[in-house]
Amino acid sequence: MPRLALAALLVAVTATACGGSATTSGSGSAGSAPVGSAGTVETVAEGAPALEVVSTDTQCTPSVASVTAGTVVVRTTARTSEATELYVERPDGSVVAERANVEPGASEDMVVELPPGDYVLRCKPGKTGLGVTAEVSAAGGTISAADPRAAAAVAGYRAFVLAGSKSSLAITTKLAAAIEKGDVRAAKSLYAPSRVGWESLEPVAESFGDLDPKMDLREADLEAGQKWTGWHVIEKTLWTQNTTAGLTPVVTDLLANLKVLVQRVPQAPITAVSMANGAKELLDEVATGKVTGEEEVFSHTDLVDFQANLDGAREAFELLTPMAIAADAALVATLTPRFDAVQTELDRFSRGSGFVSYDTVGPADRKKLADVVDALAEPLSRLAASVAT
Amino acid sequence: MSGSGISRRRLLGLGAAAAVAGATAVEGVGLAVRRGDGEPAAAPGTAIPFHGDHQAGIATPVQDRLHIAAFDLTTTDRAALVGLLQRWTTAAAQVTTGADVGSGALPATVQAPPDDTGEAMGLPDSRLTLTFGFGPGAFELAGRDRFGLRSHRPDALADLPRFSGDVLDPARGGGDLVVQACADDPQVAVHAIRNLARLGFGDAAVRWSQLGFGKTSSTSPAEATPRNLFGFKDGTNNIAGDDAAALRQHVWADRGDGSDWMHGGSYLVARRIAMTVETWDRSSLVEQEQITGRHKGSGAPLGGTAEHGAVDVAALPRDSHVAIAHPSANDGHRILRRGYSFVDGSDGLGHLDAGLFFIAFCRDPRTQYVPLQRRLSSNDAMAEYLRHTGSGLWAVPPGVDPGGYWGQSLLEA
Repeated sequence: MPRLALAALLVAVTATACGGSATTSGSGSAGSAPVGSAGTVETVAEGAPALEVVSTDTQCTPSVASVTAGTVVVRTTARTSEATELYVERPDGSVVAERANVEPGASEDMVVELPPGDYVLRCKPGKTGLGVTAEVSAAGGTISAADPRAAAAVAGYRAFVLAGSKSSLAITTKLAAAIEKGDVRAAKSLYAPSRVGWESLEPVAESFGDLDPKMDLREADLEAGQKWTGWHVIEKTLWTQNTTAGLTPVVTDLLANLKVLVQRVPQAPITAVSMANGAKELLDEVATGKVTGEEEVFSHTDLVDFQANLDGAREAFELLTPMAIAADAALVATLTPRFDAVQTELDRFSRGSGFVSYDTVGPADRKKLADVVDALAEPLSRLAASVAT
Repeated sequence: MSGSGISRRRLLGLGAAAAVAGATAVEGVGLAVRRGDGEPAAAPGTAIPFHGDHQAGIATPVQDRLHIAAFDLTTTDRAALVGLLQRWTTAAAQVTTGADVGSGALPATVQAPPDDTGEAMGLPDSRLTLTFGFGPGAFELAGRDRFGLRSHRPDALADLPRFSGDVLDPARGGGDLVVQACADDPQVAVHAIRNLARLGFGDAAVRWSQLGFGKTSSTSPAEATPRNLFGFKDGTNNIAGDDAAALRQHVWADRGDGSDWMHGGSYLVARRIAMTVETWDRSSLVEQEQITGRHKGSGAPLGGTAEHGAVDVAALPRDSHVAIAHPSANDGHRILRRGYSFVDGSDGLGHLDAGLFFIAFCRDPRTQYVPLQRRLSSNDAMAEYLRHTGSGLWAVPPGVDPGGYWGQSLLEA
């Protein structure tokens, strides 16, 4: 898994895409940035952001009246007495994106998917009340999100990803408490559940570049001299040493990164194409990490991750189905039963609320799992093209 | 690249250069067949025709490289099986001309994975042949008639018996379907199997696959007889590809044999035979020759001087390989051999995991291969150096007409 390479590729983008300071934009993005994590490249920014919104205590002022539709970098500059917020809303009041907590004097960037149309910019100086609004329109451009079905799919998926990241944060908080108490048994029981949300949204997290290696690096992927952090440190310590000793700083660091993830999801660059590629990637994760038993080499909870990967892929697929069915109905007709077939095969190994330990799954059963995953992943690799209009 | 007096070794050495020269030599002559990147693919006339009464890759000249793959059918739907065979046949007809699969390796739409995996771009057809067969599981698996084909299972497709000394690994044998890819360039053979495997996901999954190098038999008597990893010439008495009478008698299934749909087809027997080359290499030359029944240098029967000289079985050691395998010791039965050497790395104990991937085509394995292998496995002095680790048997349907598909005569029987 090319996580480290991906991290290097994306690290320059992160500052721009995820709310770095005003001085960072333009230096790192160099005109284009990977969106999603499957190599889908879309133009993000070159030089100044496409739209700067200056919030004062009484006004909300965009730098331009119209932007090119597509992936737009929006900078929020606070010339306010207290921290401010910016909401980008559709005419019906639904929120496209929000930039929370911009301190007085600061500028924060976010990446927003803006299909052609009119938008309301809502500044909330003091972060309360209805705030003050201005209008901006998006026109032209060539992005798939011009399709309102794509916008709906992206919105639905963003909500799913947000819920998943919050779930992982909540369960990891419990894990931290168990570690703090030295309760090995409780910690072991919380380890796999704490990863479920994460595993369902991993391609989005990987799109940030920096978080994945900090949170989910496997021992086998460590580079010489690299400090090992994240879930798998906890896994190895719990299962090979049967102790929580030394894990408090590890889980504290993991929690901090999960909080960053939760905070970033609303601005994560998600498109219909990146969703589709993300779904394919989740199946790739299953094929290369879970079916082989390499992901959870100490806890053998690979099938829990497998289910989460599958759920994340299925969520993306189902949200994209209205778009995909119009472009390639046969593909959708193929994918639905193949998702079912993977689930059916996986269900054979469910026990209680979880799954059997993967080290009890023999080569013949692993081959069957690999076969149904291949059967799904091959046509799933064509989903992105069907939603790229 | 037919053998016109140049030694096989020289041909092998020149293979890459010849391929490059072939690609450049035809530039400017308006060659029709092009790979995805626009490079001319091959000199006209070298490709082995895919369509015909019999499948290519049996009696056609033996190429230098093999990639053979067996598949398990993961679908139980007859229409899906037909769809798979149609997809495979279409792709096979494309790649055997040196063309790409489907819309190629570099399609206009960049958001989708290309139809073709791309590693054969710029390579000539390399005389690629693809040969397809049905294993017993296509007709009946664990008592289940999955595709309504049970009644069409040929009697000749009877499961092979266990032979003395078999140490078969199920993961290296069997399979509901088989595709044999042979080409002069291993990358072209691998490309073909890889793309068919990709087209199969959801309907068929690779059960095992095997690479082979260095053909161990020839169907072209004009070519020098190749050597196997024991260093001996192999296949001296093989059936020649132009010996129509012998092919009719020993290789091609006939309407009268019991299965009309197999008329013009054949049966493929594959055996992965590991050779303990290290111990073989420690045996004296005279012992090696006594075991084989031929002289190592000339390939002549022991006591003779000419490779193709008459074999007098009575004059050979009774347990020598040739004495047991020769047609005169097997009621005149012959098989068409098309095997390849393999080295699959090493065994962790300092020995090569080497051997012969034996492939034979015959009209009825029950009377041709089974008795022969029974005799070999229990009497052949060479058996001490051999371990059969994989085995498979498939019914190879007749050739395909343009517009048809592999196995059409069975599925529309």
